[in-house]
Amino acid sequence: MIHNQADYAREDDEVHEPLLSEKDETTVDVREASPLPDDLTRDELTLPAPSEPEIARHYTRLSQMNWAIDSGPYPLGSCTMKYNPKFTEDVAADPNAAIHPDRSARSAQGNLELQYRLQEYLGDIGGMDAVTLQPPAGAAGEFTGIAVAKAYHEHHGNDRSEVVIPASAHGTNFATAAMAGYDVVELPSGDDGRVDVEALEAAVGDDTAALMLTNPNTVGLFERDITEIAEIVHDAGGLLYYDGANLNALLGRGRPGDMGFDVMHYNVHKTFATPHGGGGPGAGPVGVVDELAEFLPAPRIREAEEGSGYEPFEPANTIGKVHGFGGNWLVLVKTYAYIARLGDEGLADAAAKAVLNANYLAERIDLDVPYGPFHHEFAATAGDRDAADVAKRMLDFGVHPPTTKWPEMVPEAMLTEPTEIEGQSSLDDLAEAFNLAYADTEEALDAAPNRTAASRIDQVSAARDPRLSWQALDGE
Amino acid sequence: MSGTDGTPYAPHTEAETTAMLSAIGAEDEAALFDIPEAVAFDGEFGIEQRTEREIRAECSRIFARNDDLVEFLGRGHYGHYVPSVVDHLADRAEFLTSYTQYQPEISQGFLQALFEYQSMLVELTGLPVANCSMYDAATALGEAATLADRVRSTSGDVVLVPEHLREGKRAVLDNYCAGAGLAVEPYPMADGNADIDALADRVGDDVVMVFAENPTVRGCVEEGLAAIGDLAAEADALFTLGSDPVSLSVLQEPASVGADVVVGEAGALGLPTAYGMGLGLFACSDEFLRQVPGRLVGAGEDAAGDRAFTLTLQTREQHIRKERATSNICTNQAWVALRAAIHAATLGPDGLVELANDCVREAEALAARIDELSGVAAPVHDRHHVREFAVRVDQPAAAIAEDLETAGFAVHAIDEHLLQVCVTDLNAGRTDGLVAAFEEVI
Repeated sequence: MIHNQADYAREDDEVHEPLLSEKDETTVDVREASPLPDDLTRDELTLPAPSEPEIARHYTRLSQMNWAIDSGPYPLGSCTMKYNPKFTEDVAADPNAAIHPDRSARSAQGNLELQYRLQEYLGDIGGMDAVTLQPPAGAAGEFTGIAVAKAYHEHHGNDRSEVVIPASAHGTNFATAAMAGYDVVELPSGDDGRVDVEALEAAVGDDTAALMLTNPNTVGLFERDITEIAEIVHDAGGLLYYDGANLNALLGRGRPGDMGFDVMHYNVHKTFATPHGGGGPGAGPVGVVDELAEFLPAPRIREAEEGSGYEPFEPANTIGKVHGFGGNWLVLVKTYAYIARLGDEGLADAAAKAVLNANYLAERIDLDVPYGPFHHEFAATAGDRDAADVAKRMLDFGVHPPTTKWPEMVPEAMLTEPTEIEGQSSLDDLAEAFNLAYADTEEALDAAPNRTAASRIDQVSAARDPRLSWQALDGE
Repeated sequence: MSGTDGTPYAPHTEAETTAMLSAIGAEDEAALFDIPEAVAFDGEFGIEQRTEREIRAECSRIFARNDDLVEFLGRGHYGHYVPSVVDHLADRAEFLTSYTQYQPEISQGFLQALFEYQSMLVELTGLPVANCSMYDAATALGEAATLADRVRSTSGDVVLVPEHLREGKRAVLDNYCAGAGLAVEPYPMADGNADIDALADRVGDDVVMVFAENPTVRGCVEEGLAAIGDLAAEADALFTLGSDPVSLSVLQEPASVGADVVVGEAGALGLPTAYGMGLGLFACSDEFLRQVPGRLVGAGEDAAGDRAFTLTLQTREQHIRKERATSNICTNQAWVALRAAIHAATLGPDGLVELANDCVREAEALAARIDELSGVAAPVHDRHHVREFAVRVDQPAAAIAEDLETAGFAVHAIDEHLLQVCVTDLNAGRTDGLVAAFEEVI
């Protein structure tokens, strides 16, 4: 398949769609207009003031220069997206739900009830005893989970300084541990791509606060030794953290709580199909076992003791807050709607079809996949080709390429995750894109992409001479 | 639609599933899972599958249990009327269902929209660098504190914040500071503004950051910004200013009063109050370009020599720098930033300034009307206000807030005898009702 992306280039100006500021700039004399004394106001304000038709056209054109899951496959391994069911937007847009967060509990019973129900659903799905919905993204969920682990250790008088993280983990894990004030101990992967149990035994000890683990891991492998891993970490007095990025592979077939994990975050855009919006908003609810529930952020929601209804409450030794309010509410509503739409059977089927699709796609591509058996994603290797160049060439064939050059344990990695939403013919198109690009000439790869709005972008120069606003472009 | 109990969002027919399994050489789907028996889950969650129609009815029933109140609520989180064009354009699937722009050539549209958002914040703050979003005002403040820790080599670890600060904002800041080994300490207020004398006494070598808000959480215009900026600069501490894009369109430009960083709630544009969902504003001076948390969109060139946009300076970020990253933030609030940008474009500078001026006038007018009632004084602080103001009541504030709620109006009770009232374009037409209810309940 071939895809020619829309482009609204103005060739004389060497730009694609002009900036709003190139269409209009209007200056307002603020001092003249403001009821405030002059010394408390700014002098003037200059911003674009386009008309509504111009705005509609500008953003419509921009949208046409943007790939999305509704345009075609977007198999970014570990990140990826599913189709976002349209009705969830309508559920979230209910004006009755759009209330101010400082409402009294008495007057916000509807929202509290939905929060409570979602806490319960997530607890059941993860095998966790208590859930907070507050973290506004997966990385914020990690920070919350590690802060909870830290509070737990401190509460028990244990001063632990290290978090152990496999080398193949998401970059957020390392950054999270550092943000929470921990030293990172990086655990090399075993030859089979999984945690090396002996190396883990050597790495953990009295200083270990937690092991952060993704399961299936970032090349799609299930950590078969998970029971032993949990024992090793627990015996050392540490906690086991589950990075929920790949929970979508386990739905209905495995629960982190049953594997010995003590604390986890849920990735709602990948597992529960909330739209990613080009980089958020997300949500990163956190689930914990009973022993950690008292440290969760405040408030949590419970059924009111007397009569009916729901009430917020502060866990006994709460870490406080990780978001100014209750997190990304609209995203949480969409999460609830999606879970309800799928139910037990749908959730399990989503995982099964995601794993089926990854395996079928891997079978159809000409690239080697060094590690298996994988589940929802696989890391193919571009071998002696440059994975980033192969990816750029794939852009010409009506698909978004996979995540490239990561994880590092696979040379020239192309980490691929199609999810359950692609059917057989779509996977065949994706495989064809892989194979055409992989087999193409060096010249073709270097010249790619050719059919996107922009041709190959020089990211090195962009970073060397950062121009981050239209003000910075003025006078060029 | 088939009658299957599986996910309705997988296209596979039974024949296709069979063909795919056969291509792989697997007997069935279960054979593809490599999960040891001991940890396999064979139970049920107990979640019943419902139809789309059932779920819409269910959620609409649930949300109807929220009381129908006229909200005069703010305290840092505001709703303004969001024009329809914002919903319709932002909801375009090409925006809403896209991912982070890891392949810029095919993602120019969103990148340019974020570049434009950054540019609008650069104009509003006067600072040359704005990122393409943090989660909300509270987490943006937390990130500012950790930035201060990285860039300021003062001998201490104290972050000074105003005594009047949202509890939630303070609680989030505490968590960010705990990880960085920073200590948060409030400084006193004098009649709703920073107590400059007290601040001057306190600021010293041990301070890495001074935070102030304009308007303050009680809606007061802060009159001592330049003095705060000077004090922070003398101590080589970072001056971080909290605000929002509507207020910034008329209030003193942060750069002009020496702000190093501006944080705040940019969701005042583009978002309804959304039960607390936000959009973290983060802007800073050039000096900290390589220490900024979050994503930055930059302009560059494509192979054809045309201007093109890309995520840039990514070596600051977690996926490259891991534990040495400036933050762990990955997914942010990009789509909300898009909404704010469209809203700002729709208003233009005239509309923005007019909206902000209305928020000043409406607050003043409503405070004057409430002040006429007996047993009530408003505004409590002798300052100019944006949108909101504190109200002193002789009776217990909580009881009055509860009575007002029964009468259909929501206001904040912020202290034993203090209420807070927020008026914007959304509820300005309902002030007669609020004043009448006030009169009734006091």
